[in-house]
Amino acid sequence: MAVVFKKTEMLTDTPLHYCPGCTHGIAHRLVAEAIEELGLKGRVVGIAPVGCAVFAYKYFNCDMQEAAHGRAPAVATGIKLTNPDNIVFAYQGDGDLASIGMAEIVHAAARGMNITVIFINNAIYGMTGGQMAPTTLLGQKATTCPSGRDAKVNGNPIRMSEMLATLDGPSYIARCSLADVPNIKKAKKAILQAFKNQMEGKGFSFVELLSTCPTNWHMSPVKALDFVKNEMTAQYPLGVFKEVE
Amino acid sequence: MAKLTINKEACKGCGLCVTACPKKILRVSATESNNQGYFVVEEIAPEQCIACAFCATMCPDCVITVEK
Amino acid sequence: MAERKLMKGNEAIAEAAIRGGCRFYAGYPITPQNEIPEYMSWRLPQVGGHFIQAESEIAAINMVYGSAGAGGRAMTSSSSPGVSLKQEGISYICGAELPCVIINMVRSGPGLGGIQPAQGDYFQAVKGGGHGDYRMLVYGPCSVQECVNLVYDAFDKAEKYRLPVMILGDGMLGQIMEAVTLPEMKDPATFPKKSWATTGEGFGATRRIINSLYIVPDELEDMNHKLQKVYDDMCANETMFEDYLTEDAEVIITAYGTVARIAKSAVDLLRAKGIKAGLFRPITLYPFPKDALGKLAEQSSVKEFVAVELSMGQYVEDVKLVVEGRKPVRFFNRTGGNVMAPEDIVEFVEKEA
Repeated sequence: MAVVFKKTEMLTDTPLHYCPGCTHGIAHRLVAEAIEELGLKGRVVGIAPVGCAVFAYKYFNCDMQEAAHGRAPAVATGIKLTNPDNIVFAYQGDGDLASIGMAEIVHAAARGMNITVIFINNAIYGMTGGQMAPTTLLGQKATTCPSGRDAKVNGNPIRMSEMLATLDGPSYIARCSLADVPNIKKAKKAILQAFKNQMEGKGFSFVELLSTCPTNWHMSPVKALDFVKNEMTAQYPLGVFKEVE
Repeated sequence: MAKLTINKEACKGCGLCVTACPKKILRVSATESNNQGYFVVEEIAPEQCIACAFCATMCPDCVITVEK
Repeated sequence: MAERKLMKGNEAIAEAAIRGGCRFYAGYPITPQNEIPEYMSWRLPQVGGHFIQAESEIAAINMVYGSAGAGGRAMTSSSSPGVSLKQEGISYICGAELPCVIINMVRSGPGLGGIQPAQGDYFQAVKGGGHGDYRMLVYGPCSVQECVNLVYDAFDKAEKYRLPVMILGDGMLGQIMEAVTLPEMKDPATFPKKSWATTGEGFGATRRIINSLYIVPDELEDMNHKLQKVYDDMCANETMFEDYLTEDAEVIITAYGTVARIAKSAVDLLRAKGIKAGLFRPITLYPFPKDALGKLAEQSSVKEFVAVELSMGQYVEDVKLVVEGRKPVRFFNRTGGNVMAPEDIVEFVEKEA
């Protein structure tokens, strides 16, 4: 019998700590598969964020650095400039990237740093227990906006991909969804493209992945997928926002 | 002929694979649980599997291996 | 070839760092240390290194984290408010056991403060500054030549102990021009290999992880003890000080950095007046030269100590901790960017206690 699908060797055997149905696991797998398929084993360095993915260094089967909250693009910059032949990727959540680390991501993008950033947008602070994220939708409930996010009180959600796409530095910016199999396949293509751009020296590449948080959304894993398809995708349209030939 | 191998100890019973399966041949067991305490996914009609690997693509925990 | 040049303190530090192996610098402009990033911006590319003007002090220290974790010899510099911003990153660097060099050309504070020389960051440098239990090797050089000598070997020390080395200077030291002898360029090929660095080859059992997260209390406690052992070794091997005319001294003036040069002039003036004064100058601020200062506290000729600093009573605390009440310790200072003259110290010493 031929193997149609098996776990990539670029993930370790350590069981993921994520809650049941959390799509972080899918994102991890797609990144790891891209690394394997592009033959990058032996030259990759990843950066784990602070947030739910803080233990990402246990899962990606490559050299890893754990960054302070929001600083992964700065850490990636230091790594890439020190060892330019390395393929360097940062894996960040929405609090990490779009709130406390806003300056680092914007400037890494503006510099056109030849790194790849994977941005998990699940519209909530998961690790700390469900507080409002910069990407929390208007009306969406969180423990720090218990009546639902109100633009007048809590401000508006931030569309990172669109914002970064206004800069001249990035070579590739895409937003994908992890809500169903066709979208996961598209996300895989986008991640492959992001890494290819880095391999070709095209500069900063960025893939935003609309992701779920069943636990803090207080939904079943399956209902959480529906929330991504219906609510999140309306606020955060899918597509490629920047692509430099 | 297709074969699914489910690493039941790593399964968290989230049911995402169940929704992804076009043949509707997966379900979360009502009786079988693993050492983590999760009711795990099971295949109810293995002979109908078409090895599309949608279940494995959707699984956040990489518990499914698909062979054909 | 050793080279003799007239150089500004900041530029001499930058050149010494490069000759000592620095190939990555990230920083953010702040007075009075701007000549360091400016010098690095053209000089580092000449030796195949990388300069980056970061978007913030926070980004700069985290770029240093990344570079150091990847095995590079990385440095950042700043002045007081900027070094405050770096504290989070410094704590992470210590937690992740990464070597690097950090220059603080101290200015007066608190807050935005002023841009004139001060020593108000003493506690921040030697007692922590960031969160958690950690120490750094902290030097308090008093001349441009001493800056050069200490910075030149700072990366070797940082890598030996896997911790940051901090140079605690001040605006005076950064801006002053003095003749210096520059050492030869070290050959990066001779630097020790770093098996722990994330250079990309890791896979499976050979993976390298740069991390300061220890979620299991017993593991973190073990880590704290491991770090303390490193700090103990560093204290045993790296303590440096200068003493001047202390053999028969009755009054020991003690100060560090540029203030110690003023104090040295005061000692000469006092000696000319027939007062037996001497100087004790720590070169390492952490580890503090406890044994040497303690010996002076025991010395029968010594009647009193006078601690002199450009802060509101930070350095004097360490002096008192070592003297332990064996002799009186008097305190003289200026702050706000004001600097005392040697005559001011003489006048203070001559005053009745």
